[in-house]
Amino acid sequence: MPAIAMEGLTKVYPTGQRALDALDLEVKEGEFLVLVGPSGCGKTTALRLVAGLEEPTGGVLRIGDRDVTHLPPKDRDVAMVFQHYALYPHMTIEANMAFPLRTRRLPKAAVRAKVLEVARLLDLEPVLGRKPAQLSGGQRQRVAMGRAIVREPAVFLMDEPLSNLDAKLRVQMRAELLRLQRRLGTATLYVTHDQVEAMTMGDRVAVLRGGVLQQCDTPHALYQRPANLFVAGFLGTPAMNLFRAQLAEDGQRLRLGSQQLPLPPEVLATRPALAPYRGRTVAVGIRPEHLALGATGAPATLRAEVALVEALGAEQLVHFTLDAPAQPVEDRAGRPGEEPAPLRLEQTGATGTARVGPDEAVRVGSTVEFGLDPATLQFFDPEGGQALWA
Amino acid sequence: MAARRRAATRGTFPGWLLPLALILPELVVVGLFFLYPAARVVEDSVTASNAFGLSSRFVGLANFRALFSGGDELHSLEVTALFVGVTTLVAMALGLFLAVQVEQLGRSRVLFRTLFVWPYAVPAAIGGTLWLFLFEPGIGPGARLLADLGVRWNFALHGPQAMVLVMAIFVWQQVGYNLLFYLAALQGVPSEFQEAAQVDGAGKLRTFWRVVFPLLGPTTFFLLVMDLLAGLFGSFAVVDLVTQGGPAGATSFLVYQLYRDGFVNSNANLAAAETIVLLVIAGVLTVFQFRFLNRRVHYR
Repeated sequence: MPAIAMEGLTKVYPTGQRALDALDLEVKEGEFLVLVGPSGCGKTTALRLVAGLEEPTGGVLRIGDRDVTHLPPKDRDVAMVFQHYALYPHMTIEANMAFPLRTRRLPKAAVRAKVLEVARLLDLEPVLGRKPAQLSGGQRQRVAMGRAIVREPAVFLMDEPLSNLDAKLRVQMRAELLRLQRRLGTATLYVTHDQVEAMTMGDRVAVLRGGVLQQCDTPHALYQRPANLFVAGFLGTPAMNLFRAQLAEDGQRLRLGSQQLPLPPEVLATRPALAPYRGRTVAVGIRPEHLALGATGAPATLRAEVALVEALGAEQLVHFTLDAPAQPVEDRAGRPGEEPAPLRLEQTGATGTARVGPDEAVRVGSTVEFGLDPATLQFFDPEGGQALWA
Repeated sequence: MAARRRAATRGTFPGWLLPLALILPELVVVGLFFLYPAARVVEDSVTASNAFGLSSRFVGLANFRALFSGGDELHSLEVTALFVGVTTLVAMALGLFLAVQVEQLGRSRVLFRTLFVWPYAVPAAIGGTLWLFLFEPGIGPGARLLADLGVRWNFALHGPQAMVLVMAIFVWQQVGYNLLFYLAALQGVPSEFQEAAQVDGAGKLRTFWRVVFPLLGPTTFFLLVMDLLAGLFGSFAVVDLVTQGGPAGATSFLVYQLYRDGFVNSNANLAAAETIVLLVIAGVLTVFQFRFLNRRVHYR
């Protein structure tokens, strides 16, 4: 039995805006599921629907074995961590953490014992008597967590809980939060717009766009086999290079601008869906780490002109231009509430990024040859965007 | 460095003549209409004049002793305290209640806000006259309704009725003011707090009293000060119009009492003493509130 089950969950606002469109999603017992997408994609709406802060216009929501679709928040046995923490500013930390228990009319001694226990767990004991304004950002974040934990709810809901922390603290709290969730074993639905957070924290990650679920899978599977252009472009830093290419009639070659890439037979053999695109345009995706410099004997090479080099210490990012048309992906930056724009016309001089070793000598303006294994290529329909696998 | 530059740009005037010239108009106005009359009131309160006001002599605190020797002043203090206490409490409670209701409205919010604030914008004389029409014994529709309900309504005869009527008029006027401030304060409470309380299992009432109301603290405190002062000083027009302090001093609040003593009974010295008493009360109340209540208010 899943901890949370959304079946065709839909939210249409009175303005006609379709924030969430028939979302089918399950959070398994003890699972950490991350909802990710650009702003306006419906992830926060989904979370608020689960919390009961908003009423769905369609679909069914189950928590455990109960249908909670129309229950008020207090009857759902969920705890939520808000983006700005929503700590009651006039109450002490202890009162804040005790609040959910007090509303359940537990005896005072039991409340105090439970709050102390959780405070100890989160290292908050020394600040129990203070007000939220006297705490640091990280401490406030922990108090918000503590207030959720004391109740021992069936489900945790978290709305970008780390987005208000500075970068270093965020990385630290990421690990801390995950460790805590593992220890408590409580199913968690976690919303973020940060794909790194999603990839590093989620047991599974659900990618949303325009209120529609794009793909839900393990971070590894999402990265290796994105279901469409949007997921391919959204996950990964730097993003996947996407170009438009011509697949030869025989399926043995791929024309990228003025260049030809040989395709061994197994490329087509492992991708039956690619066969109908012989002689047609496809979108081809290349992860930056799959482009190698100075690798002799690579099955294929790709010539490009270096536009910019970023040395990051452990690696270098080589930004290059290629005389092949770019494959536009709308919504990569994500503008809220906008319909996905139709694909733009082909343009020449696409840009891309390669991830190379720190010691490679790369000169801006020079032409380089990247080694490449065609088996790592990803193919998509250039119009519909769906991945071309089976 | 930055601080010094800011101080430099802020600048000070050279010499003292120009600054003095610049604040002179303000000094004249304050001196003429505030400091001088205040000094005269203090002087009047410790002197006695003859009937024509032509000669006066220093009498120390005799005027104050006279004030508190008769029962009138103590009685006035009593009814004032009752009036101010009840109107402040009711006007604030009602203002808060209505603000919460109005806040939940959609588009009609502006309409209702305007309607509720209207009485505050109406001059007290007009509002008072309106109520007088409504509750004129035997004639007014409100009075007839009360009569139908079995109330023997005649505020000109029954002190408590006069008190209730004056209180009602005053509250009617003050509620809009309180509502306006509470409405603004309610809109300043982030909805995240209420949502957090809901998820934490609190019902509507609990959410309001435990989370929202404490966050309105600064506004509640401000309105408490303002309403008390309004009750002390602002009731004059309504009383003068509706009851003239009667019947039998039932509504003779300090501010009205001093008017009667000064301008009807022509005893300026006694009225001056009463003014001092009123000012001291107002001052003490306000200082008390700032010293003791303000500490309990949570400012974000």
